[in-house]
Amino acid sequence: MTTRKIEILVGGFIVLACAAFLMLALKVADTGFGGASQTYTLYAKFDNIGGLKVRSPIKVGGVIVGRVGSIELDRVSYTPVVKLEINAEYSNFPETSSVAILTSGLLGEQYVGLLPGFVDDTVLMLGNGDTIEDTRSAIVLEELIGQFLFNRGN
Amino acid sequence: MSDVLVDIQNLSFSRGERVIYRDMSMQFVRGKVTAIMGPSGIGKTTLLKLIGGQLIPDSGNILFDGVNIPKLSRSALYQARKKMSMLFQSGALFTELSVFDNVAFPLREHTRLSESLIRLIVLMKLEAVGLRGARDLMPAELSGGMARRAALARAIALDPELIMYDEPFAGQDPISMGVIVRLIRELNNALGLTSIVVSHDVKEVMSIADYVYVVADKTVIGQGTPEQLRADPSPLVQQFLNGDADGAVPFHYKAAAYEDELMELGK
Amino acid sequence: MIANRLQKIGHQTLSTISGFGRAGIMLFGAIVGKPDFRKGFPLFIKQLYVIGVLSLMIILVSGLFIGMVLSLQGYNVLVKFGAEGMLGPLVSLSLLRELGPVVTALLFAGRAGSALTAEIGLMKATEQLSGMEMMAVDPLRRIIAPRFWAGVVAMPLLALIFNAVGILGGHLVGVEWLGVDAGSYWSAMQANVDLYQDVLNGVIKSAVFALVVIWIALHKGFDAIPTSEGISRATTQTVVTASLAVLGFDFILTALMFGG
Repeated sequence: MTTRKIEILVGGFIVLACAAFLMLALKVADTGFGGASQTYTLYAKFDNIGGLKVRSPIKVGGVIVGRVGSIELDRVSYTPVVKLEINAEYSNFPETSSVAILTSGLLGEQYVGLLPGFVDDTVLMLGNGDTIEDTRSAIVLEELIGQFLFNRGN
Repeated sequence: MSDVLVDIQNLSFSRGERVIYRDMSMQFVRGKVTAIMGPSGIGKTTLLKLIGGQLIPDSGNILFDGVNIPKLSRSALYQARKKMSMLFQSGALFTELSVFDNVAFPLREHTRLSESLIRLIVLMKLEAVGLRGARDLMPAELSGGMARRAALARAIALDPELIMYDEPFAGQDPISMGVIVRLIRELNNALGLTSIVVSHDVKEVMSIADYVYVVADKTVIGQGTPEQLRADPSPLVQQFLNGDADGAVPFHYKAAAYEDELMELGK
Repeated sequence: MIANRLQKIGHQTLSTISGFGRAGIMLFGAIVGKPDFRKGFPLFIKQLYVIGVLSLMIILVSGLFIGMVLSLQGYNVLVKFGAEGMLGPLVSLSLLRELGPVVTALLFAGRAGSALTAEIGLMKATEQLSGMEMMAVDPLRRIIAPRFWAGVVAMPLLALIFNAVGILGGHLVGVEWLGVDAGSYWSAMQANVDLYQDVLNGVIKSAVFALVVIWIALHKGFDAIPTSEGISRATTQTVVTASLAVLGFDFILTALMFGG
């Protein structure tokens, strides 16, 4: 086995590994390099976030427009505050917009659904750091069942 | 420059509980073939490893060319080793390299000679041991005698001052034994080497050695030129030289009296 | 009787600890100090070939089959909940987080680790290491170091290839054969797999496993009793110890990375 042949095979091995990494990074994880695109931040307060997680998607009509940046508890009101990181290209949501925590399918993962509101002269657009007032919490299955049983009892 | 290349002074060495050498002294004179003989199992190979600095003695000095091997720092020891070389019993050729590359190995590691110059030196060394035609063979394709000769070519590649042979005659047919006897003698004379031969093949050793040490019972029991040794009065030396089965070195390994053990069985 | 047993336990503990010590000293001697790239690099490339390229075939084949099996088994469970859209995340996350690094490490221990132990043990038995030392060449630098680095580099690369091939194998069975929608296979995967959390943590895992496996393999070879029986025992020990160590470390790393 000549040195040259070994060098070529080792080179091929490394190229193959790089290709595998690129495939995992781009096609499987779908993450661009260098922190990806520009985003801006909105906040939303919920009563209950259910099973929402950091990096859960934010969808408008089923299209992903951003991801959940962080989830914290407000120190004063003790309600969860969700930080929404939204792609800068979708920057014109009116302040009448509402967000809801929804579930994809019966057992699927939870995501944030954003519903753009109406626009007229008195309505301003949401900018970086604004809070969305109109929120609907996650539906917690146990509570739903509890209510159902309670109503039946009456 | 003193006449003595390797000077072993009051060497003691033990492995765990077992004492191998006790207070042993030896001198190896420059340019001579000195042989160390003795029954197997007395640590002759150990002695070579002590000289090479692979083992550290409990006490005593091993002076090689004026430096005390056991006291050397790691890098100084590696410098000293460039001036000595050792021919292992198995040859210890690198199995993944061809004969040529084996001989070239020390040159490539320790010098920055050009490939063409290395080629020249390697062919010269292989010619000296008569294996120039076998340079492209792998060690696995060599016979035992050829492997030892190839290893010898590698051992002299860097023109060392000292060469140590560990059982060079063991397991060789008469012809390759003759070849190796001749090579040791010729290399010693032609290159001005100092040779240490460790062996228990009495006939071959007596034919090439300038000076012989007989080692047994943890120390030197007899020394001298082959002629002086033949006249040695010690029964142990005589037993070893003549190859008697029983004598000063008993046939039986140390044990309780045979009758006692037989009686125990009967109880 | 009890004193005897205690003595035996104490003796065994001491010899285990001194084994760790010898392994540490070996690694220290091999990799600490000024590296010589002129001589070292060709040796490193040679070992990358022996350790990495020659292990490629078994990694490719087992990656493909494990991906296919995962997909088949996952589909059968998910389809009962009508959630076969989650097949992509199931296959990719199992591979990236667990199976990729772990199975690669186990195969690596069996394929390359045992070969290394046997090779070095035989070099020791045939006095090649001793001979090298007498030629003033440090066997730790010349033999151990290039193999160590080649192993540490090769294993994460092999794990990446294993993952990629496994996910393609999952695609093959899930999409081409069982008829899961290709769009949902890939998009659900993209929505659930994170580059840092999943892909890079997997790479870190396999780098740790590489270190453990290659260290064990080299140490067992270097420390082997130089007889045919000693070498065969050392080779077996390499595979057993390395596999157990990989599983143990996998639990610790998983707890650290995904446990919180």
